[in-house]
Amino acid sequence: MIDVAAVSVTYGHGASLVRAARNVSFHIQAGDALGLVGESGSGKSTVMRAIAGLIPHAEGRIAIAGRVMPNKRPRESRRVTQMVFQDPYGSLHPSQTVDQTLAAPIAIHNLDNAEARIMTALTEVGLGREHRFRYPHQLSGGQRQRVAIARALILEPKVLLLDEPTSALDVSVQAEILNLLTRLRRDLGLTMLMVSHDLAVIAHICDRIGVMSRGELLEMTTATDLAEGRVNHPYSRQLLRANRGFDPSGVDVDVTA
Amino acid sequence: MTEAPLLSVRNLRVVYPGDDGDFRAVRNVSFTLGRERLGIVGESGSGKSTTGRAIMGLIASPGRVEADHLQLGDTDLSTITEAGFRKLRGKRIAMVLQDPKFSLDPVMSVGKQIAETHRYHFRSSRKAARQAALEMLAAVHIRDPERVYDQYPHQVSGGMGQRIMIAMMLIAGPDILIADEPTSALDVSVQQQVLTIMDEMVKSRGMGLILISHNLHLVSSFCDRVLVMYAGQIVEVCDAGKLHEAQHPYTRGLLAALPELGHRRAELPQLQRDPAWLIDLPAAVGTAA
Amino acid sequence: MSTPLRVGAPTGWRGWLLDPAPASRNQARLGRWYRAWLAFHRNGLAMTGLVIVAALVLAAIFAPLLADRELAFHQVLEDRLQDFSWLHPFGTDELGRDIYARVVFGSRITLTIVGLVSIIVLPVGLGIGLPAGYFGGWIDSVLMRITDIFLAFPRLVLALAFAAALGPGIENAVIAISLTAWPPYARLARAETMTRRHAEFIEAAQLQGASSFRILLTQIVPLCLPSVIIRLTLDMAGIILTAAGLGFLGLGAQPPLPEWGAMVSTGRAVLLDQWWVATIPGTAIFIVSLGFNLLGDGLRDLSEARSG
Repeated sequence: MIDVAAVSVTYGHGASLVRAARNVSFHIQAGDALGLVGESGSGKSTVMRAIAGLIPHAEGRIAIAGRVMPNKRPRESRRVTQMVFQDPYGSLHPSQTVDQTLAAPIAIHNLDNAEARIMTALTEVGLGREHRFRYPHQLSGGQRQRVAIARALILEPKVLLLDEPTSALDVSVQAEILNLLTRLRRDLGLTMLMVSHDLAVIAHICDRIGVMSRGELLEMTTATDLAEGRVNHPYSRQLLRANRGFDPSGVDVDVTA
Repeated sequence: MTEAPLLSVRNLRVVYPGDDGDFRAVRNVSFTLGRERLGIVGESGSGKSTTGRAIMGLIASPGRVEADHLQLGDTDLSTITEAGFRKLRGKRIAMVLQDPKFSLDPVMSVGKQIAETHRYHFRSSRKAARQAALEMLAAVHIRDPERVYDQYPHQVSGGMGQRIMIAMMLIAGPDILIADEPTSALDVSVQQQVLTIMDEMVKSRGMGLILISHNLHLVSSFCDRVLVMYAGQIVEVCDAGKLHEAQHPYTRGLLAALPELGHRRAELPQLQRDPAWLIDLPAAVGTAA
Repeated sequence: MSTPLRVGAPTGWRGWLLDPAPASRNQARLGRWYRAWLAFHRNGLAMTGLVIVAALVLAAIFAPLLADRELAFHQVLEDRLQDFSWLHPFGTDELGRDIYARVVFGSRITLTIVGLVSIIVLPVGLGIGLPAGYFGGWIDSVLMRITDIFLAFPRLVLALAFAAALGPGIENAVIAISLTAWPPYARLARAETMTRRHAEFIEAAQLQGASSFRILLTQIVPLCLPSVIIRLTLDMAGIILTAAGLGFLGLGAQPPLPEWGAMVSTGRAVLLDQWWVATIPGTAIFIVSLGFNLLGDGLRDLSEARSG
């Protein structure tokens, strides 16, 4: 469903050129979920944004559902891929109601049955009629993230991109959103690409996991291998240890400016 | 506990008056802190950060702090004025916040800020303060303190910034350090370094540490004892290593809701909030350690 | 919301407006306006400003009911420069016209200027500032250099030059004022757009395939509009004064139109002996300017309280 071949993303020109992603390649089958883990600046979000078409890629090829994606995306192709952002406070327009937020994509693509589509999307994410005409500031963090998911689903995409969708949420709300994503993937047959720094969250949703650092995809592993510590790269091992909580053994504390 | 506690809190309350009645952000909170690492966990709105800020005397008007007993060593904090608090902060009790970028003055070199803190509390000479600041930077494992001394906050990384904050907070030799989500803004590998340094400093100086965090794994692996807060109250106190044996349904629910590596469940059990958890608890729960 | 009970929740139509779960688009919108009104209502100075501006609008609409049109325009030379009386509450001017009636009818001219300037300045300012902030790059450079050129001229001098070139008259005065007034709005709109163009909700709209025009119109304009309107309200005092200044210099509204600035100008000659001829219209200018300032301040407080 998603085919990423030798993709590089660069910012700036000349001496200030930054290579945010280097020669990244992977493939996701239809209905599969792939996760990318890494720290901030590892390039995981950059790769996702390039796939979404939010930023141009300098080299390589991105194909979604068999179609090669140019940097300037045709409007129709937008319906295939949708994205859920990290910050449920920043991803909703502060002066628009849930209803307005959900009606916008319908108007853009001239779809029929707006009323039914909005209600279906709300029901799918576990929100009711009473949430439809609320403003974002009248919703909790978890409810906002549900609205963001509903907005992504309303165009009936085949691919859902998830950029740290639970990292701004409390543990109990995170569980609700993760359950929702699992159910949606199963019921709607969605293909998912998820980015997170939390190994446990990634391994809960995704079957295959790519470890990224400094713009490069270091290794591709599976949730099972990761859980059993079967990873090759030292960096992956470091991530794995840090995920288990505080462990001072083997931490090199000295630092130079 | 044979030694007198560094901090003892009995029935701490923080109230914010509002149009629709008083909002009790913190209520019935009692605990003591010795030379140990005490964790406070809870979700957003549980009152964990407010508790820390109340102890530091940082609750802004119209919020009110009340307590039956709020004792820092031999000082009674419940009667102290703002001027009195200013003398205590840094010298007796210090706080490290989530993002050093907001805690450091952007137009003063970081070394100078640490030295100024030293001068304020000890009325020391410029030279002595600079020397003390350099030693402090070295103590938080910065290999080239001279160079970092002259850098400005925007020139240092998040991890380095947090080391600088720790150096600045500890230079006046406080007994207690309150760390509110000190590593939440950092990458995991840097988190480990900052926590290791904090642990080392607190142990070598015989301080008490309060670590406020939403991260259950982190608190249970780092601390000695954990307070679990919900809706402004301490609902449970347990040994950090035995957090997985917690009794309260809220704590158990939180632990169960965490996704786990190597234990993939089709569905995560969702926390069912019981209205009974909101009922006021007897104020003594936190003292039984 | 997990709060178990809300005590003393409003009922009736207030309850309907403040309902946290509105049942329709209109209820949500009205509720939002009502909440804003409740906050605005508590601000005494802002309410004073609103009352003054409302009084201006009402005076303009109902001018023929409040004063006799005949008295405002008809010259009665034997009644010139009279003191306050029952017939002429604010006296008469040098041509024997009733000053009260002229001030009342003058409100129509003031309101026309205010309205026309707003209609020109808002679209021009937004039309230049929004694309400049959103697209950046060379579009931004070109649009902002044009803005800089207009900003570089002293405002009153440019307005004077335009008024002189186009010929005196109220329409030309409005055009002259508008031409010099829009650049700060373009800059404000650009700055507001730049802080928001990378917001996640803008990216979400891009991902849905919204065109740049649609994003500007539906996502960015609603966010920029409050601060632009507040700025315009605060500037309104200056605009009224500039219009009065042009009238004073003879480049604004022409006699016999009862424009307040022109009235002050003609009263200047007799200021020492018949002080009311210049002072009454001057007071009207002062009060209306103050009203717009207070209203603008109140609106700014409101928008800051909402975003804070």
